[in-house]
Amino acid sequence: MSLVFAIFLPIIAALLIPLLFKRVSSIHTGWFVLIIPLLLVIFYGTYISTVMDGSTYVDELPWIPSLGISFISYIDGLSLLFSLLITGIGTLVVLYSIFYLDKNKEKLGNFYVYLLMFMSAMLGVVQSDHLISLYFFWELTSISSFLLIGYWYTKDRSRFGALKSMMITVFGGLMMLGGFLILGIIGDTFSIRELIGEATAIAGHDLFVWALVLVLIGAFTKSAQFPFYIWLPDAMEAPTPVSAYLHSATMVKAGLYLVARFTPIFALSEVWVWLVTGIGILTLFWGSFFAVKQTDLKAILAFSTVSQLGLIMSLLGIGSIAYHVTGDLVTTFTFATFAAIFHLMNHATFKGSLFMIAGIIDHETGTRDIRKLGGLMSLMPVSFTIALIGSLSMAGVPPFNGFLSKEMFLDAVLNLQHFDLYAMDSWWILFPIVAWIASVFTFVYSLYFVFYTFRGKYKPEQLPKAAHEAPIGMLVSPGILATLVVIIFFIPNFFGNAFIKPAVAAIQPLAYKVPSDVGFSIKAWHGFDSPALYMTLGVFLVGYLLYMTIPKWRAMYNALPSKVSLNGMYDGIMRLGDSGAHRFSSIYMTGSIRNYFVYMFAAIIVLLGGTMWIKDAFAIRLDALAPIRFFEILISILLIIGTITILFTKSRLTAVIALGAVGYTVALFYIIFKAPDLALTQLVIETVSVALFLGAFYHLPKLNKHEKGKEDRGFRLGNFLIALGVGVMVTLIAISSHSQKLIPSISQYYKDTVYSEAGGGNIVNVILVDYRGFDTLFEISVLTIASLGIIGMITLRLAKKRGARKIENK
Amino acid sequence: MEILMSILIGFLFMAAVYLILSRSLLRIIIGTGLLSHGTHLLLLTMGGLGGKAAPVLTEGVTVKDYVDPLPQALILTAIVISFGVTAFSLVLAYRTYKELGTDNMDLMKGTEDND
Repeated sequence: MSLVFAIFLPIIAALLIPLLFKRVSSIHTGWFVLIIPLLLVIFYGTYISTVMDGSTYVDELPWIPSLGISFISYIDGLSLLFSLLITGIGTLVVLYSIFYLDKNKEKLGNFYVYLLMFMSAMLGVVQSDHLISLYFFWELTSISSFLLIGYWYTKDRSRFGALKSMMITVFGGLMMLGGFLILGIIGDTFSIRELIGEATAIAGHDLFVWALVLVLIGAFTKSAQFPFYIWLPDAMEAPTPVSAYLHSATMVKAGLYLVARFTPIFALSEVWVWLVTGIGILTLFWGSFFAVKQTDLKAILAFSTVSQLGLIMSLLGIGSIAYHVTGDLVTTFTFATFAAIFHLMNHATFKGSLFMIAGIIDHETGTRDIRKLGGLMSLMPVSFTIALIGSLSMAGVPPFNGFLSKEMFLDAVLNLQHFDLYAMDSWWILFPIVAWIASVFTFVYSLYFVFYTFRGKYKPEQLPKAAHEAPIGMLVSPGILATLVVIIFFIPNFFGNAFIKPAVAAIQPLAYKVPSDVGFSIKAWHGFDSPALYMTLGVFLVGYLLYMTIPKWRAMYNALPSKVSLNGMYDGIMRLGDSGAHRFSSIYMTGSIRNYFVYMFAAIIVLLGGTMWIKDAFAIRLDALAPIRFFEILISILLIIGTITILFTKSRLTAVIALGAVGYTVALFYIIFKAPDLALTQLVIETVSVALFLGAFYHLPKLNKHEKGKEDRGFRLGNFLIALGVGVMVTLIAISSHSQKLIPSISQYYKDTVYSEAGGGNIVNVILVDYRGFDTLFEISVLTIASLGIIGMITLRLAKKRGARKIENK
Repeated sequence: MEILMSILIGFLFMAAVYLILSRSLLRIIIGTGLLSHGTHLLLLTMGGLGGKAAPVLTEGVTVKDYVDPLPQALILTAIVISFGVTAFSLVLAYRTYKELGTDNMDLMKGTEDND
């Protein structure tokens, strides 16, 4: 089984799902689906031991070879860890969903197709070595996430949440594409491995920081960092297996993966270090602070996820400082990377289990509102145990894996004091302080989550269903995850060696050639001289005090009006975009043809006049002009009088006759300028046109009926100015172009050959029917079409009734 | 002469644009008529006005004295096409008036619901 095929396996299998769902209705479709991730987790599992030794694997499937675009699957420590998380938790989530979703009531076909599509997309993201295919899979995760959030599409909140997450993540995805393209252009390759190879050369490029910021926006939107986290709490309208899988364990970590994967390229810039660390710490604090405000179980977990993702993000940022220091300090800061990956793994375990428990509570009591819940401890003892393990791990309490990674986090933040670049010696202290406060809030919301749900008084009258323990099948998946939480605490170094070290070696290739070079080991006990120990004790103490007094200080969240919140801003932007565009288009799309004419003529004046002005194109040559003769002046005066009559007359008849006079004057011009055929045609056509005008407008009211009192002075003055501008432009261009003819006319050829080649004497006619007969053919077509159109308009009256009704409405 | 013609053509364009910007459908169509006259004269003028003989082979006329025949052929085509279009739009305007009872452009707007 090739690696690229493994990526596409779920999406190929998804093609069968609707069939299975329709035909095999006795068996829950999920059981068939379960095979896929199980197969994949075993498949990726076989790579663990070799990747531990530093091996990497590449598999390529050409996609658009002429553009150099292929699907390249690249397996190293980092992508293997993510692949195992995706398939492993995917297996558990599918198992959980079999018991969570009812096979008779839900559209399971849709659900599993979306889920498998997502699994493929996510595997593609973490294994792609080609930037374009990485982007392809990245957007596929956005789309499948959109479909999964909106799974219960009859609910307004689901559709709102799906749209919001789509808008924000696709915005980030597009930014990221921009960053990728810049990277590909300055590095002249789209392969990440090759880009890493030439990282120092790329870092000097002017556009490097742009690429960096754009890629980071992509990572921040996907990983729900500040201020883009707002889609995540609304994505909780998805079915709980989806929330557990996408919005805690896998998709939201795609941004972290991206940051980790690009660290060897971008960490050379200090902008990267500051953005990743700073935004991470801010998100950590923000998410933990607002988690306590929530009353919905899944919303608490969503904010908690935001906060924990910020923690990992900031650790990745601190880890990238290793690129800026030398000597022993390199190890000091790569330790942060180690902690980041370790916490990433831990978070996937405990957060997955907590989401599943939230789903179980929802499933068994009918509500997720923490104000209605309480006293479930004795009713749902197994769920309570799992929730307690997950929560305490999240809070950073021993003997659970969250404690280990939280200790490492505090250590890493304290290590910032060794970083004396960029005046870090005086400001670094802010980071541990913020991190510590955030840890306190994390402790508070973890206790709040588990104890407000399971302790206190049981309130059966507020619950839609009578609470009872979940079926065993539903408890298996969270149970396995909770077991892992404990196991990782007791044998952390087993997991460290197998998964974390290869990943760290992939992120820090300069410091470590092979995974075994990574010299960290995870200890639960640091000794009494470790400051992190005292910080943790402080977290427990202050956190417990705050937890006990929650009812007293929670009111402060209400002090902040919801309008100034980030959600309020998002809604405002969306409203502004919608109504602003509507208002804008209703300003210039007036529906009046006159306004459009004004735009067009004004554009003519501005564009032509501007071009003439900028290019200094005006020229006038007084030689080579034809002499002015008496008739010509006379005819010109006639023409002007006729035109002025049209402009100023109030009578329809006068206007039509004056137009006829103008036409005959033009015919006179043709005569004196030696164009007999033109004169003939013009005279005939003008006669027919005048007759038509009179015929068509015999029935119409007097010309001035609508004009009187309506065309005010300003209206006419504006029209006059535009008309004057166009007239002046035409005159200027005519004079200018006549004065600078660059090449002689080709007509000499026609004059010379008209008799010898075509056998005719009238050069104009020979051109029309012989040299350029095609023009004439289609001119005949134009006349034919016009006459057919006229006949059609006069004889066909199908729409008469509708038209009449339209006028009545006015 | 060419400069005088250019100014005349500019005047025709000005009048045509002014008429096109007005509210009455008839004035708009008259404006397009003036616009095509201006365009045809512009074509002719740009071909040069200094020729001595019409472009018909005649005994005793040297070849270079003939007026440039190509613009004339172009204008002839243009006249016919603009006639076709004018005739069509006249009948269209006539039908519009019959159906809608107005030739005021400001009243010929779809409403929000039915456009």
